[in-house]
Amino acid sequence: MSRTFVGWPAFPRAAAAATQDMQLRSNVTRATGTIRGKRAKLVTERPDWEDLRDSAAALKDEVLAHLDRYLLQAEEQVTAAGGTVHWARDAAEANRIVTELVRATGEREIVKVKSMLTEEIGLDNALEAAGISARETDLAAAIVQLGDDLPSHVVVPALHRNRGEIRDVFVREMGRHGRPAPQGLTDEPAQLAEAARLHLREKFLKAKVAVSGANFLVAETGTVVVVESEGNGRMCLTLADTLISVVGLEKAVPTWRDLEVFLQLLARNATGERMAPYTTTFTGVTPGDGPQRFHLVLVDNGRTRALADRVGRQALRCIRCGACMNICPVYERTGGHAYGSVYPGPIGAILNPLLKGPDDPQTASLPYASSLCGACNEVCPVRIRFTDVLLKLRHEVAEGDAKVKHPVEKAALDAVGAVMEHPAAWNAAVRAAGRVGPLMPRKRLPGPLRGWTDTRNVPEIPKESFRTWWKRTDGGTK
Amino acid sequence: MSTGAREEILGRIRSATADLPTQSPEVPRTYLRHAPDVDPADRETVLALFAERLEEYGATVYRAGPAGLVSTLAEVLPAGRVMVPTGFPIAWLTQWAGEALTEETTPLSRRQLDGLDAVLTTCAVAIAESGTVVLDTGPGQGRRAATLLPDLHVCVVRAGQVFSSMPEVIGSLDPLRPLTWISGPSATADIEMIRVPGVHGPRRLTVVLLLEEDQSRDAVG
Repeated sequence: MSRTFVGWPAFPRAAAAATQDMQLRSNVTRATGTIRGKRAKLVTERPDWEDLRDSAAALKDEVLAHLDRYLLQAEEQVTAAGGTVHWARDAAEANRIVTELVRATGEREIVKVKSMLTEEIGLDNALEAAGISARETDLAAAIVQLGDDLPSHVVVPALHRNRGEIRDVFVREMGRHGRPAPQGLTDEPAQLAEAARLHLREKFLKAKVAVSGANFLVAETGTVVVVESEGNGRMCLTLADTLISVVGLEKAVPTWRDLEVFLQLLARNATGERMAPYTTTFTGVTPGDGPQRFHLVLVDNGRTRALADRVGRQALRCIRCGACMNICPVYERTGGHAYGSVYPGPIGAILNPLLKGPDDPQTASLPYASSLCGACNEVCPVRIRFTDVLLKLRHEVAEGDAKVKHPVEKAALDAVGAVMEHPAAWNAAVRAAGRVGPLMPRKRLPGPLRGWTDTRNVPEIPKESFRTWWKRTDGGTK
Repeated sequence: MSTGAREEILGRIRSATADLPTQSPEVPRTYLRHAPDVDPADRETVLALFAERLEEYGATVYRAGPAGLVSTLAEVLPAGRVMVPTGFPIAWLTQWAGEALTEETTPLSRRQLDGLDAVLTTCAVAIAESGTVVLDTGPGQGRRAATLLPDLHVCVVRAGQVFSSMPEVIGSLDPLRPLTWISGPSATADIEMIRVPGVHGPRRLTVVLLLEEDQSRDAVG
């Protein structure tokens, strides 16, 4: 069985351990620093960046407000184009549906395109229990799978591993699952990518069944959109006879034209590219081209629970670009595993409790895994107001079941304190966060603070932190 | 079972969104219709931007006028076995010495496609700002597997197919056709977020920009 986050310690304990791991911190700091730089450069290329964010947020709100209608429309279009649509209330039901579909083909080994949803529901283990081996084909997902590791980032699941560690995993594990790593493999990224190409080529050429997620599902046309870099996505989406796309309810967008908004935002914000190398869009089945059997599995698994939360539902706008992780000073110190979920970082701190409820001891501490610096608000392409949702969820934990709340609140606050205990590093991180732009809550504060904003606007929060100001002016005397 | 799940999920959605107004606020569309600082009527600028962005992502770009196209293709194509999808103008290949394979009668197997030296296609449209070529499996473009397995993709893009931005092209594409949006050759940034070219998709992308008569004269000089 591959590893899962089931039984993983809650954030306070996991974070305490992670912050002691100097190799991990160095890997995460280096990778997030690289991607922050690339993103910043490409975002400034677009004078209409804020307009694109406005449109994306509004489009997602429109979808969420009428999600029943949009999903029915998507179902109708996919069906008309020769696909079959399945609905799954929870992880177990989704896994059962996919397992049955694969079993019906008689295949024992299938290929997968990286999908956070299939990680969330534990699909690989469910398939393995049914005697089906699901091989990951995205480079980072393959690194995680071969290393019996866990994903730590939504865009780059192996972000916590450096090149040397990746080389060791390839040399040790590739031969056990197919073509071994080439003799004399070094830790050069180009050589590692070549090793992955050779190892997976054999699997693509044989694959009969593929499982994918989706970045977007266009309601108007029933079109599934998969954005990727390597071509492993194209291989899976094109070469298999049977394709099963497992898609969260929230992935819908209203119309085909709306992709002009999301496709212009996603890669810039996720990997610092104008477009990812490959975007595939397809609708149902195309005779003579690609899989002739297509199944779309729509998965709830807590999404309707999140949708019912008036403040928290904005978390469902998320397009999984990972920018909130890359900018977050807490994530940079703990890495992704400490969050105990396939969704780490600021989005994980709000999405997991919304999907699972505030009484889950694992997720209840996550709203505290933040210093509320607000950098995530500023980089979010769909304008999720993370800090609003974090405060609302903290309020819920504080008002909630006493057996969960007291230990969680205390331990979580202690843990965040410990993560931040190196003031010099912390100040540098907050200064970096401040540079992306001032935090400007435009509407109302959530939950217990709403009363305060009933009669006044939230003030602008200064670009300079109090600590910086104090240091610069020597306590206001200069 | 499945019908029960469908009705239950739809019911959950309706009760979760019951507090929301039925009429949503209008979606703002104030973002740019064209690439920033580019006049889409200024063809030379649009084409220059397209070439620049493609090259930035590791593609190789050639410019040729109608008179020079035949020799340019002979130069960029390997003298080996190349997939040339049905509908590709074979008159463009008169100087090339290699062997053209089509799928006119029977589709090639995956292993056969994998063993080819290149695939040569046209495209549906192209986007200058992001350096993107869009294939829609139309004439001269072949089915998706044929443009995926060979290690070199040579794509002929007519100048008139190049638009400045995504909003300019999206309405002209048919979502019922499978579309492949290609922005540079295959790449990965999965190791320490450093971009490494070439993983599974074609590791080399060559774009031949076919210019109109007058533009090509400028380009030759």
